[in-house]
Amino acid sequence: MRDKTDYIIVEFSKAIFIYGLVAMSFIGLGFYSFVTLEHEGHWLTGMNNQIVWGLPHVFAIFLIIAASGVLNIASISSVFNIKIYKPLGRLSALLAISLLTGGLIVLVLDLGRPDRLIVAMTTFNFKSIFAWNVFLYSGFMAVVALYLWMMFEARYNKFVGKVGTFAFAWRVTLTTGTGSIFAFLVAKEAYNGALLAPLFIALSLLVGTAFFYKILFWMDRGLGIPLGSEIIKRFRKLLIYFIFTVFYITILSHLTNLYVTKNHGYEFFLLFSGNIYTFLFWGCQMIIGTLFPLLILYNKKLSKSASGLLYASILVLFGGFSMLYVIIISGQAFPLDLFPGYIERSSFFDGVEATYVPSIYEFMLGLGGVGIAAAIYLFAIMVLDFTPRSLDNAATAMANVPEPVTEEQLEEEKESQEEVVDEKSSVPPDQKTTEELETEEKNKSADEGKPAEE
Amino acid sequence: MKKYKIKLDRRNFLKSSGMLGMSSLAPGVFFQELAHARPLNEPASSKNRWGLLIDANQCSEDCNACVTACNEEHGIEDFGRPTTDTQYIRKLNLTHEDSGESLTIPMMCQHCENPPCVDVCPTGASFIRADGIVLVNKHTCIGCRYCMMSCPYKARSFIHENLENQVPHTPRGKGCVESCNLCVHKVDKGENTTACAEACNKDGHQAILFGDLNDPESEISKKLNKYKTTEVRSDLGLNTAVRYRGI
Repeated sequence: MRDKTDYIIVEFSKAIFIYGLVAMSFIGLGFYSFVTLEHEGHWLTGMNNQIVWGLPHVFAIFLIIAASGVLNIASISSVFNIKIYKPLGRLSALLAISLLTGGLIVLVLDLGRPDRLIVAMTTFNFKSIFAWNVFLYSGFMAVVALYLWMMFEARYNKFVGKVGTFAFAWRVTLTTGTGSIFAFLVAKEAYNGALLAPLFIALSLLVGTAFFYKILFWMDRGLGIPLGSEIIKRFRKLLIYFIFTVFYITILSHLTNLYVTKNHGYEFFLLFSGNIYTFLFWGCQMIIGTLFPLLILYNKKLSKSASGLLYASILVLFGGFSMLYVIIISGQAFPLDLFPGYIERSSFFDGVEATYVPSIYEFMLGLGGVGIAAAIYLFAIMVLDFTPRSLDNAATAMANVPEPVTEEQLEEEKESQEEVVDEKSSVPPDQKTTEELETEEKNKSADEGKPAEE
Repeated sequence: MKKYKIKLDRRNFLKSSGMLGMSSLAPGVFFQELAHARPLNEPASSKNRWGLLIDANQCSEDCNACVTACNEEHGIEDFGRPTTDTQYIRKLNLTHEDSGESLTIPMMCQHCENPPCVDVCPTGASFIRADGIVLVNKHTCIGCRYCMMSCPYKARSFIHENLENQVPHTPRGKGCVESCNLCVHKVDKGENTTACAEACNKDGHQAILFGDLNDPESEISKKLNKYKTTEVRSDLGLNTAVRYRGI
């Protein structure tokens, strides 16, 4: 179905200037950090031979999973056919590309040898989930670019559903790949579990939705694109679903660990030992990132206001970031147990909890990724019509009105129906596939002039 | 003076020359087989599997000779930053939680047959040679540190700073990951030892024995047959080439 949304090319304004300036300063800080680390080496960071992945990786993975999650909004409209999200499809894909670029740049610039990126792009060990991720990430870019093309080009709008479904499958695989970076580590008690993949998928949906809402709020206040209560209502529901999903898988993974005696050490270390990770888990992830947003989202007044949802989104983003920090850093900080039953001591910090204090360089590098994502987004909305003119209730309701049927379309439909009849004459009715049955239902509802959604 | 009469007919001459020939060639062939030294232009062979046997009973807590020798051999510098300084080998002191029994052992890359570091390396820079030595190709290592995340023995170090005056046989450089290479330069020269084993022997402890696990006649194989030895984290099924006795 053709997209009837009225899109605009955003003109230069005060909001664009301010955010552009912030993005450019972030990029400047990131670049300075990269050049310094490249020149001096990683000893300037807080990372060491015990904590080998630090704050840049938290930033990178945060941006990568946000990229995957933010595309969910486009998927809801084109895969699950909920049309109120249709005007957000283009933005959703753009944000996915920009966030992924930001995340990948942080990951690459933190490499010990970023100059060897070409080696990483041309020499593969397919047993490594990292090598798979190179394909998953670059493929994601290509698939989302194709998806955007289908959304932009009116003639190809009819393919949006199919390409969107493919992008959806790719996205789920991509986040599975990101979660599997940790799930496939046999040596560390904190990881080594397939639950990390669904946990990352759930977190990506949550973080992506919160991030998208933040952009919508900014568009409303900064760019003057009115945000209707219908969209707010939908985002509230999505946030609630995803908060509960992440909470459920988190509890499940900790209960699984608590059941296995050999993992008690790590669970105690994380949940009860009173270190920084305990604080981040309970304080930042569970209370600030889970409980507080839920209180807001279930509050009668706040849950209906645009600002209330913004606060919830910001808290969710904070909680998600803390969660990744806890997963990535605490898993490394907990000492490996090479000789169970023995207390281990060495000059290489065996048997002791590793300390990690992120340096300003790592923080700047992470901000650089955020800056790049923001800059791509700001540039793109100023050159192409990504942004819907309005997201108020009237505009989003328009997306649900069936478009007037043209003569050409009628002919096309007739032809396709004839083809279907031909095909079906050779297939007994009891052998119809689910897909065929669905198409029939859709055709029926289209005939009746009702929207086939929800 | 007694005269000896040599009876040298054709049969005896051929017999004697044959025996002489055999006796002069045999040690060469035999010892060559024992040492498995091979010309440098030939690739490493899976006929060998190089490894170490470490005897915790012989290792002394106040001795650090293996660590010092390793650092010297590979040109590993001390930057005074213990959290980021490279360590190929370290002394690990163990105290039993209940009995208080204490022992000390050197710990290094265990040269697994199924190394997790090789599995996770995206570019294949971490690799295992045909003769079982796990190495890092310094030309293709991108410094992602995934191998360090995956190593169950904490055997790897990342080079955090600029280096100078590296030794030619151990190429090292900022931004790459490295670990014990089982003194591969010595192995390739047929020296049949490692710097740590040499130093330990020199100090009279003889706690580290280098050898070919695939050669049933090697000292290491004989000892592995005779004594009970342990693989660290044998539960992971990695089949390490470094074995421990007395732990």
